[in-house]
Amino acid sequence: MFETFLAIVRRDLILAMRRRSDMLTILFFFVIVVSLFPLGIGPEMNTLRLIAPGVVWVAALLASMLALERLFAIDYADGALEQMLLAPQPLSLLVLGKVAAHWLVTGLPLVLMAPVLGIQYDLSLDGLRVLVITLLLGTPALSLIGAIGAALTLGLRGGGVLVSLLVLPLTIPVLIFGAGAVEATISGLGGEGHMSMLAAILVLSLFFAPLAAAAALRVSVE
Amino acid sequence: MSSRIVNWFKFSSPATFYPLAGRMIPWFTAAAVILLGVGLYMSFFVAPTDYKQGEGYRIIFVHVGTAWMSMFIYVVMAAWAGLGLVFNTRVSAMMATALAPTGAMFTFVALWTGALWGKPMWGTWWVWDARLTSELILLFLYLGFIALQSAIDEPRRADRAGAILALVGVVNIPIIYYSVQWWNTLHQGATVSVSQGSSMGTVMLWTMLIMTLGFWAYAIAVVLARVRCIILERERDTTWVNELEGGVR
Repeated sequence: MFETFLAIVRRDLILAMRRRSDMLTILFFFVIVVSLFPLGIGPEMNTLRLIAPGVVWVAALLASMLALERLFAIDYADGALEQMLLAPQPLSLLVLGKVAAHWLVTGLPLVLMAPVLGIQYDLSLDGLRVLVITLLLGTPALSLIGAIGAALTLGLRGGGVLVSLLVLPLTIPVLIFGAGAVEATISGLGGEGHMSMLAAILVLSLFFAPLAAAAALRVSVE
Repeated sequence: MSSRIVNWFKFSSPATFYPLAGRMIPWFTAAAVILLGVGLYMSFFVAPTDYKQGEGYRIIFVHVGTAWMSMFIYVVMAAWAGLGLVFNTRVSAMMATALAPTGAMFTFVALWTGALWGKPMWGTWWVWDARLTSELILLFLYLGFIALQSAIDEPRRADRAGAILALVGVVNIPIIYYSVQWWNTLHQGATVSVSQGSSMGTVMLWTMLIMTLGFWAYAIAVVLARVRCIILERERDTTWVNELEGGVR
């Protein structure tokens, strides 16, 4: 079973490496959105420090929504997805593999880029550390929850906007606990509680989201 | 022996459900008109003026009922959607589709009347209170469901995709509610609480209950009428629709 999972991850990573620009587009979108806020709000450092966790988190949320469209679309277009549906291995396992590869390509770069953006906002070292940890816990959950939306909107016109409409309300807890942990750390309250909740959400979505996404794929491809 | 078993699926076919819904609509319409009429009369003329909030509080007779309905309808919608997914019954999925606009309407009215109530009471149209925020997110969930179903042309796929979304949403609602509540208490944003605090007078309570029952009857009547339209639209090529009195075509 684990071999199947690894095979899917490896295959998706190879495919992604052949189209590196996709990955960079999402990363640059994240950087640009975060850099726009000071231009809109003003360069006052005290204000920026206050809004930094929320801005970085909202930008990460939007960037991961943008990336979702590609999760199943290419496999759907060339017919590989139908073969996966017919495979003897459980579909939810294959979905989990696809989501893992998708996160490595689109989520992990955001996590690695976040501290640089945090410095732009003059976050403290503690704040930066917690920001990276929460993104590390939160972005996989975003990819997992997003996979349900991506599977539901597969092949629909206007799928990209629709998937955001479906998924964004469901990701609100991730946003709240992710940004909340950083804020609590900066203000000296300690973000451990938030991080535990974030980890709990990740575990829950690891279990349930592949099942729901697999069911949604069966509906969409049928 | 088998004839003694109740046939639970008798009305799961559109052909048998359509006339049943048609027979039920007048009763629920009448109930809605009477209950809402009595309820509105009581809320304007019978219920006493609140000593603290004055006349403006009367809006809660509409507000509380619609807020209850907005949450309740989502659960009912998810239940119908789940039934449709499990038993593959068409009417269940059509009921879920028919419930969504009514639920969204109640959510919107609850938010709207809440804003109207908040202005004189709190001095602001909107606060980021936990309940207001979760109600707003509930509206987003309804809109997502409607948008997904209307984006899919094929009815059976729309039914099942919508069902999965509704079930995911209903699992998420408690998580969203508690996270929003926690977020709110940590932020110390709104100092005003929506809860009334004081024990409510009997007349006010009765008025509110009558109004809520009126909303129930209204919701049932409207949803049944809508589901009849959906049935006709989807089953227009079947013999029983063409044999209906008056001729649909």
